[in-house]
Amino acid sequence: MSKKSKSIETKTDFNQDERLKKVSKLRLLLNRPELGALGGAILVFIFFGIVAGDTGMFSAYGVLNFLDVSANLGIIAIAAAMLMIGGEFDLSIGSMIGFAGICIAIPAIYWGWPLWMSIIFAFSMAVLVGYFNGILVVRTGLPSFIVTLAMLFILRGATLAITRLITGRTQVPGLRVLIEDDPLAWIFATDIFKWVFTWLGSMNLIALRTDGTPLATGIPPSVIWFIALAIISTWILMKTRYGNWIFASGGDKNGANNVGVPVGRVKISLFIGTAVAATIFATIQVLDAGSADTMRGTLKELEAIAAAVVGGCLLTGGYGSAIGAAFGALIFGTVSMGIFYTDVDTDWFKVFLGAMMLIAVIFNNYIRRKVTESK
Amino acid sequence: MSDYLVQFNNISKFFGKVIALKDVTMKLKKGEIMCLLGDNGAGKSTLIKTLAGVHRPDEGEIIVEEKKTIFDSPKDALDMGIATVYQDLALVSLMSVTRNFFMGREPMKGPPFFKTFDIEKANKIAAERMGQIGIDVRDPSQAVGTMSGGERQCLAISRAIYFGAKVLVLDEPTSALGVHQASVVLKYIVKAASQGLAVILITHNVHHAYPVGNSFTVLNRGKSLGTYEKKDISREKLLSMMAGGEELNKLEVELQEMNRSSAN
Repeated sequence: MSKKSKSIETKTDFNQDERLKKVSKLRLLLNRPELGALGGAILVFIFFGIVAGDTGMFSAYGVLNFLDVSANLGIIAIAAAMLMIGGEFDLSIGSMIGFAGICIAIPAIYWGWPLWMSIIFAFSMAVLVGYFNGILVVRTGLPSFIVTLAMLFILRGATLAITRLITGRTQVPGLRVLIEDDPLAWIFATDIFKWVFTWLGSMNLIALRTDGTPLATGIPPSVIWFIALAIISTWILMKTRYGNWIFASGGDKNGANNVGVPVGRVKISLFIGTAVAATIFATIQVLDAGSADTMRGTLKELEAIAAAVVGGCLLTGGYGSAIGAAFGALIFGTVSMGIFYTDVDTDWFKVFLGAMMLIAVIFNNYIRRKVTESK
Repeated sequence: MSDYLVQFNNISKFFGKVIALKDVTMKLKKGEIMCLLGDNGAGKSTLIKTLAGVHRPDEGEIIVEEKKTIFDSPKDALDMGIATVYQDLALVSLMSVTRNFFMGREPMKGPPFFKTFDIEKANKIAAERMGQIGIDVRDPSQAVGTMSGGERQCLAISRAIYFGAKVLVLDEPTSALGVHQASVVLKYIVKAASQGLAVILITHNVHHAYPVGNSFTVLNRGKSLGTYEKKDISREKLLSMMAGGEELNKLEVELQEMNRSSAN
């Protein structure tokens, strides 16, 4: 009897004509990793649309506010997602943010370097840190979780120690005056489409300050970086050879190696990617605040991973999407800002963050089983 | 002079004091399927890795199309047209059929520096190639994880052939498969050979090997017990030549003894 059922089962395996029609557009969409995050983002917007629709959350100023928060998180979440698809973690992202901050501030304030040189210095350090993380993981074969956890402490400790050694304090202020006329800093510090907002203000379409300038002055640089990174990363994953190698390296390291994918190089480059993203985050924030703080970026690595997971990345690698991580960041950013516009106490945000992640992991796990299980 | 596509003459491999392989000789013509039979520990894995260029033989010579060669790396072997399909198949189950088919060797399009993965072309080739084996891929962007074991095996073999294999080394291609799926894979192997490939089929399953093989080499404890044409050897003889044969006879005798003594 068992033999009979076997032959029936295998027959359908090799004779799939009748199953061809069953794959609808909906099924295809369901197979995309970012679906959950997209749905979640839509739900979040509907929720706040109902609860906080008339509170100013969706005014130009309010929208830019939560977009800015989402974008900052999104920049590191996208890089974290790419690395997770490649099969590794980076827990040192948060510490790298603090480290990059003082790499900009100390040379610029204490050593008299021009700001652009300090920024380039910070990015060079990021490449080094990322390379070091990557080469350690690839060469030793140790879990990246442990290696980058060590780096989390090393970087944060070094940031504190070096800053206190040189400055005697844990904060380095005074950067704002250096931004003007700097040939590089504007990339990280300029609001764009200001004229649109000025025009909207002059037409009385958006809220104005008492002096007549619009409350929302332009699209913040974080949003531009966020959108650009989301587009570039998605393009890399879907359309380039390197993207295929990322999926392969995360999906099956040995298999990928056997067919000639340079797994080690791919992983190292992805570690450099997360460190550089952390530095972009740090540069934008340092220039916006005008000061560097040694504790900046604390716990950001976990938020980035949470956003990547909500965006459909599997913790085991080989599956996920950059655009999903972007939606994940948008959800977190919107809720963290939106909660101020509701009667809900902001203490509940972390509860939401955790619950959201839990739901996402369960959902992803289910999807993975659907995708990998032989039918 | 000889019309052999590939010859492995008197290959030996030592690991320290251990003699893993000793004087193993195999010669293959185009279109021939040679089955390499042996029980666990017979040296099959070492031989595969030597054929694939992972190990360098300590003695003996490898001759590919009349030219004596040394494989320094798996890539060397691959460049000479010797493709090895390992048991793990080097397939990523979360990735699509197309992305797996072209993994590491993606077709590109576009201007220099802006080259992109030509996924339309890749989809077309993958679907076409799978179609030739009689596997109708519903959608080449479906994950390999949704395919059956036999289909995956065929995909891995088909990929090796597409990328220019002349000699296919197949490591236990049917060991994890049910009867029907195994027969589909074996049929495909015969078809590949009939198109001019030489196939080395490594297995411990005589019942799978015997119907498709042209010749049989039996490996035991690192040594070849000889190569036989199909007409010169029976399935039963092959079975008993593998390490298990003798042991099983002994076991049978012992069991009979036990029965007799317990009956008393």
